[in-house]
Amino acid sequence: MCRLFALTSRDPVSPMHAINALNVMKEGHDGSGVGLYLSGLGGPFENLKEYPILSGIFTEAGLRRLDGYMADKGLQSKYSLLFTPASEPPVGTPRRGTYASIAYRVPAEWKHLTEDERGQRLVQMRLDLRSSGEEIGDMMVFSFWPDTIMIKEVGDPMEIGEYLQLGREEIHARHILAQGRQNTNYAINLYACHPFFIEGIGTMTNGENTAFVPIMEYLQSRGVTGYSGYQSDSEVFTHIAHYTTRKLGLDIRVYKHVITPMSDDEMAGHQDREFLSNLKKSCRKLIIDGPNCVIGCLPDGTMFMTQDRKKLRPGVVGGNGEAGIYAFSSEICGLNAAIPDRDKSKDFQPMHLDTAIVGPDCREVVQCSQKDPLPLQR
Amino acid sequence: MLSERPVTPSTLSRKDLPWQVKWDIHTCTKCGRCTAVCPVNAIELGVFRKREIKTSMGLSAKPVNEFSTFYGIRQRTDPAYACIGCAMCNLVCPNNSIEPHREYDSTTLQFHNNRGGQSRARGGRRNSSESLLDQLKFIRISMLTDPALDAGRHEFEMRTLLGRVLSPEAQIKCHQENGWKPPVREIYPLVIGGMSFGALSPNMWEGLQMGVAYLNEEMNMPVRICTGEGGCPPRLLRSRFLKYVILQIASGYFGWDEIIHAIPEMKEDPCAIEIKYGQGAKPGDGGLLMWHKVNKLIAAIRGVPKGISLPSPPTHQTQYSIEESVAKMIQSMSMAWGFRVPVYPKISASSTSLAVLNNLVRNPFAAGLAIDGEDGGTGAAYNVSMNHMGHPIASNLRDCYKVLCLAGAQNEIPLIAGGGIGKNGNLAANAAALMMLGASMVQVGKYVMQAGAGCLGSEKDRCNVCNLGICPKGITSQDPRIYRRLDPEKVAERVVDFYLSFDTELRKVFAPLGRSTSLPIGMSDGLGISDKAAADRLDIKYVI
Repeated sequence: MCRLFALTSRDPVSPMHAINALNVMKEGHDGSGVGLYLSGLGGPFENLKEYPILSGIFTEAGLRRLDGYMADKGLQSKYSLLFTPASEPPVGTPRRGTYASIAYRVPAEWKHLTEDERGQRLVQMRLDLRSSGEEIGDMMVFSFWPDTIMIKEVGDPMEIGEYLQLGREEIHARHILAQGRQNTNYAINLYACHPFFIEGIGTMTNGENTAFVPIMEYLQSRGVTGYSGYQSDSEVFTHIAHYTTRKLGLDIRVYKHVITPMSDDEMAGHQDREFLSNLKKSCRKLIIDGPNCVIGCLPDGTMFMTQDRKKLRPGVVGGNGEAGIYAFSSEICGLNAAIPDRDKSKDFQPMHLDTAIVGPDCREVVQCSQKDPLPLQR
Repeated sequence: MLSERPVTPSTLSRKDLPWQVKWDIHTCTKCGRCTAVCPVNAIELGVFRKREIKTSMGLSAKPVNEFSTFYGIRQRTDPAYACIGCAMCNLVCPNNSIEPHREYDSTTLQFHNNRGGQSRARGGRRNSSESLLDQLKFIRISMLTDPALDAGRHEFEMRTLLGRVLSPEAQIKCHQENGWKPPVREIYPLVIGGMSFGALSPNMWEGLQMGVAYLNEEMNMPVRICTGEGGCPPRLLRSRFLKYVILQIASGYFGWDEIIHAIPEMKEDPCAIEIKYGQGAKPGDGGLLMWHKVNKLIAAIRGVPKGISLPSPPTHQTQYSIEESVAKMIQSMSMAWGFRVPVYPKISASSTSLAVLNNLVRNPFAAGLAIDGEDGGTGAAYNVSMNHMGHPIASNLRDCYKVLCLAGAQNEIPLIAGGGIGKNGNLAANAAALMMLGASMVQVGKYVMQAGAGCLGSEKDRCNVCNLGICPKGITSQDPRIYRRLDPEKVAERVVDFYLSFDTELRKVFAPLGRSTSLPIGMSDGLGISDKAAADRLDIKYVI
């Protein structure tokens, strides 16, 4: 089963911390993919928070085509972080070209757009580049969003970490999602590699989503740009989180109510019973019927973990509030490796009804139960 | 019988009949029970004369004739009295001396069952045992990547939604603005489909209602039953059990005067209103209750004179456009109960189903769509309608579900599938397959009669005399001498039995699929079939 590790910290840290933790959990992944989502960036991107960053892998021709595409759309490159590995790739990893993260200045006329419209344009550009890249074979694009870098590659996480020099200071980040993939039922495809991302929301999942097809069909029918792809059954978790928070305007604490609603009996005494009961009906197609553990990060740097009751090996969250660092891990050994200096008695495994949330300030783990009253709806 | 029968075009021999009665002279006690019970008088007391020639040895004495008489059972060969194969004779015979046999080579009768220019009408369903639903396999089994669930011990959500479900956006807006929410019922996904009071005997109806009440109140299973087009007994209308009942209105509007007048006295709202525009057994044709079943009770409940035939028109008289028939009627029925009761149409599966569905998607009051496939049963229809009219349910339902997915309304308008579910006894497997093709729930009628009351009808053209009021089990008869055979308590018991066993089997299908939190509606990736054309048509996996 895929291994998940997420780190959230007040100060930027090296993504290698997360890679090391994945390495400790090595028995659970098979080198079929490693993915990184980085936000709250430090280094040169620290002062470029407003500028959308395009992350992907490009051939030389791909980079040229990208320049042409961006120029046509009126976007100017503000800062480019290009990394072309000099060393031989590890066994099983293809030589692909340049791993790029390029921040762009958007055209002046975008100022008149609403936040949603700007977001949609960025998503559409990412999808256009992705689909033309799939056709031509000169680029793979993972994200296009401010303060976000995504890196994906096939191979053992540690070897990839060394190969791509993921400890570079330019890519230190405050919020890191990392996944070591164990390929189960889908072809080895970088687009099937977690974490998945849409409009500032990144999530990764392990487990099997048995309700994948009806959920996918439902998301695809929402008319939302970007609800596509689905090379992995886990991509739907990202889109459900996006749908819940961005489209329905609900708090992330409601996410669990959407994917694993309470039974009527559990809901009976809840002060928001009517709202929840109606939400359960109208979001019936988004019930996951896992076992799944989901770890995600929101645009403001809030990180969360939740899982359904069928998850027999629940993930764990723990950390050190004073030091301002917390980690979410699919196995305890990963957490131990990343943050040995913590009060282990405060480690928390969100079960059945729980969602664990660590805010961007990284001070504490907020434990929410589905039995709790809901936050006021926006 | 005359010793020398005239040979006319319709003179048949026993060999010409599909059902031939075999009788054993050695064990027959001549008690007469078989001839008394035979619903079609196909057998009668036979007085047989036998001649024996006695020849003595030698040449002196001449041979003599000896005549004797013996008694037994004779099968009548007049087409009007042809044996229907119900085997009631065997059921009542103390010595197992008599039984009908089906002879598949004997086909002559089917050319002569239109005496007097009367086309054959019958009950039952399409006389074909083929079933695509039986060929569907559940191929996605959870094992290691996601552990299989324990069907016996895990908690399963076995409820579905009947009613117009708002989209999440509309739901939240409605909550914030405290707006009107369409009524939605959470019910068990196996519904007893519309079989009218009139088509069914009072004992059968009572048994079904008792069974449904027991399942709801003792077993915590929210099972619902549809009345069919025949009104509803006044006492039930005014009882708390009405909430388990889906009232059907069809083109004859039978019983609706009583129902409308009872509204102010209703203690509970009915579960839903089903507007029947068509049914799978006889698409494009209406109800066909004949005069001999319209006794005083039926007449009173339906609000018609006694002893007259009640052929419902094929279509609603108020209808002159789809807007009229669907939109306004749904709205009128909703209004009658203050918009507290879901109202949905039922149609026969047809290549035009999508037109109806598209219309419903735009109608905020439409609570669902029931689609009845070609294998649906009926109490009375023309043989030609039953055997040759209609669309198979699987592909029709699938098309409808996919259209809903395109419109993004797959959770908003529940599809209710019917017609041939459990035709060969595989109720749970057929129901699960239809849900995975996109049905929110399924309706069964014929299976309920077979499992609940021992209906003898089959797709081998056995019995199928529901239309004549002579049902040998008393299920579809209005003659108290016949329906007293059916004990309502026993029917209720059987209904509970088959529902509980269905529930277990449904869990046995869903648990290995890894589904427990919600029904696997539209989970088409779990289905496979070894027929390539069917796999392509249904957009499921082709497996061999």
